[in-house]
Amino acid sequence: MALLEVEDLHTYYGNIHALKGISLTVEEGEIVTLIGTNGAGKTTTLNTISRLLTPRQGTVRLEGQDLSHVPAHRLVTMGIVQVPEGRRVFARLTVEENLRMGAFTIKDKAVIDEGIERGYTMFPRLKERSKQVSGTLSGGEQQMLAMARALMAKPRLLLLDEPSMGLAPTLVEFIFETITSIHAEGVSILLVEQNALQALAVASRGYVLQTGKVLMADTAAALAANEDVRRAYLGEI
Amino acid sequence: MTAVTAPPPTVAPIASARDLWLSVAIRTGLIAGATALYLCLTGIVPTFDSRPLIRDVITLGQVALVVAFMAAGLGTAIRLGTQASPGRTVLGGTVAGLIAGAMLSALVLLGSVVDLRAMFLHASPALWNVLTFEMGTSGFWVPAAVGAVLGGLAAAIWLLPGALRMSLLAGLAMVLVMGLFAGLLRAPMLSGPLSGLARQLFAAEGLQPIGALLSFAAGAILVPLFRPSRIRARAQRLSREQRRVTAVPLGGVLLLLVLLLPLGLGPFVAQVVALIALYVLMGLGLNITLGLAGLLDLGFVAFFAVGAYTVGLLTSTGEYGIAQWSFWAAVPVAVVIAMLFGVVLGLPLLGMRGDYLAIATLGFGEIIRILAGSDLLKPWLGGPRGITNIPKPLDVGPDSFLAGPNQIYYIALACAAVIAFVAWRLRASRLGRAWIAIREDEDVAEALGVNLVQTKILAYMLGAAFAGLGGAIFASLYGSVFPSSIQLLVSINVVAIIIVGGMGSIPGVVVGAIVLIGLPELFREFSEYRFLFYGAVLILMMRFRPEGLIPSRIGRQEMHHDAAEDDPLTATAAVEPS
Ligand SMILES: Nc1ncnc2c1ncn2[C@@H]1O[C@H](COP(=O)(O)OP(=O)(O)O)[C@@H](O)[C@H]1O
Ligand SMILES: [Mg+2]
Repeated sequence: MALLEVEDLHTYYGNIHALKGISLTVEEGEIVTLIGTNGAGKTTTLNTISRLLTPRQGTVRLEGQDLSHVPAHRLVTMGIVQVPEGRRVFARLTVEENLRMGAFTIKDKAVIDEGIERGYTMFPRLKERSKQVSGTLSGGEQQMLAMARALMAKPRLLLLDEPSMGLAPTLVEFIFETITSIHAEGVSILLVEQNALQALAVASRGYVLQTGKVLMADTAAALAANEDVRRAYLGEI
Repeated sequence: MTAVTAPPPTVAPIASARDLWLSVAIRTGLIAGATALYLCLTGIVPTFDSRPLIRDVITLGQVALVVAFMAAGLGTAIRLGTQASPGRTVLGGTVAGLIAGAMLSALVLLGSVVDLRAMFLHASPALWNVLTFEMGTSGFWVPAAVGAVLGGLAAAIWLLPGALRMSLLAGLAMVLVMGLFAGLLRAPMLSGPLSGLARQLFAAEGLQPIGALLSFAAGAILVPLFRPSRIRARAQRLSREQRRVTAVPLGGVLLLLVLLLPLGLGPFVAQVVALIALYVLMGLGLNITLGLAGLLDLGFVAFFAVGAYTVGLLTSTGEYGIAQWSFWAAVPVAVVIAMLFGVVLGLPLLGMRGDYLAIATLGFGEIIRILAGSDLLKPWLGGPRGITNIPKPLDVGPDSFLAGPNQIYYIALACAAVIAFVAWRLRASRLGRAWIAIREDEDVAEALGVNLVQTKILAYMLGAAFAGLGGAIFASLYGSVFPSSIQLLVSINVVAIIIVGGMGSIPGVVVGAIVLIGLPELFREFSEYRFLFYGAVLILMMRFRPEGLIPSRIGRQEMHHDAAEDDPLTATAAVEPS
């Protein structure tokens, strides 16, 4: 049974039919990537999975359990955590307080402190800034914080929405390395990226989305080799 | 770093250096003149011409004009900065003052030919006499001349070396403050051993000339010594250890002052001080809902009313009292009932954010007010006649120090301390973080596992509890509750206190309450112009210090890091993975 199973998802913004029957799966221990141009529906897909949006039709299952009637705030304890598009760290809270928010559902203090230490080991930058309000962090630091915050809850499935967006090249490199090491710790990842080349390099499988539909689904290697994909998403002519 | 800086010179680039001073002077003069006209036509100048600041020297009405003229000169000098020669600066100040004064001259001239009273009640011969030093309309030139002189003088003061300028302005400001507070300072002194001194310094209204001179000297000498920037600079030079060592006795002295404050006050000021303490309490409470959870609750007064009426009903010995309990037994009940109202009224608001929330809560306040005064509830709540004969919490003899509002002062103070403690603990707690998180980004907070319904309801409950407590104390402070006590103004006051003081800052609430509640209450003689003062304070705050008078650490960081955020390129490039 797949860890995450999305079947025929239809999501609307008012009258706008944003997702027109998306189906995808993520197996335990996989990195799966969603690529596609701006407005293809990648964020909408993630937000529907994390129940910030309610689909009009279709199901999302975690290990076979239907999530339709699970309220959004219960998903964390079930193992799904999202790193939203644009970081969205809590600007008024300090770095450390943001991390504590990530562990909101955890009661055990020792576990929380251990999680914070783990985050600081992964992102030493954050340790230096731990008492600083996060609104004053740079874009790269905020991305690190958003990822560290999500890891606080020890997710089984991490939903990453464009983690490399707007970052300098060296930093993009670092973020992708981090994704690989998070994965190595046994976390399954659904990765949304515009940076298709790098996303396909770390993922095992990928889905190409276009105007709310799955255009192609294949192994990452096959997608990276596909002529159409290369032309449309990898910037080759 | 202080945020109060002179406005940047907003000078059109076309103005060449040669006539820069003139264009600045004209613009500043017009603004000052408009202000002066406003002061005259709203009646501030003529009304306060009967209230001396310094006996037989100058009246408050005249002071208003002097301040406007000097502001014209000072404003011109500040805007010009170093862009003009000293001569040009003084000339500019003179021109600005002249323009401002000439606008009043024009008013007098106009008034001598047309009767303006149909439109402006205060445009009367009395006003012309104030403006022309009793010379009537034939002295129309007087304001222009006085304006020119004062404007030039003010600009010249600005050119003085920093320390001297500071002393002069501080001295003048001190005379103004002492003159305004003269009555309040004099009354308690008269009854004690200081009565001789009081008669020397203060006139029946305002200062004696000697008092004015002494005030000027005190301001000129003391203010530069205790200038905040200087104290801060000195504090920064201290080590952390030294700072801690000095903070303890300093805090102790402050606490002692706060505790002993009612000793030297007459009954009127004691009442005002108790009211300030009460608003501090409510401000701290709203700081939790608004400052932490970001819920702009304008229905504060609804819970205030619930608290006040509950205590009224439970303790009153009058007609509508139902139990004649003691205050202490009634307060917990009042708080719990207010909390229940908080939940009930909070539920329908859960989905609302921002402006919608504010308007909906505004409605609740009105509903409760109308209900309280309605015929429907009249048999229980007394309708417009309200509930009276609410006893004081402590049953002490009429001569006791604690008899009047003083006991309320201490009770409110104690409650405020408890609330401040709760607020401080909450800020560092899991719940406090969740509130801040919700305020910033509901979706993300929910995705991290925060139950929005529960968490928001808790915020409403807590806010309602503090409002209810405020209402309960209010009821026993005044000994009565009327529907007319439940004004929207109560909610607005509390919100404004937080905004003026600095959101999320405990000292900010205290200062906000003193400025917005204390000053208007103390200056009852100016009560007609309360809201004018209120509006002016709010506008000036928003313009010059939007983070509040004493912002919290975070509020300050927020207001001053925008520049960094606007520049994502440098912000990102600055980070290299280590
Ligand atoms: N809040 C919204 N309201 C209305 N339409 C939206 C909203 N968010 C996204 N859309 C639309 O839904 C479609 C998918 O958007 P999105 O999921 O954000 O795409 P992607 O993340 O792939 O760039 C786009 O056409 C977009 O315009
Ligand atoms: Mg997107």
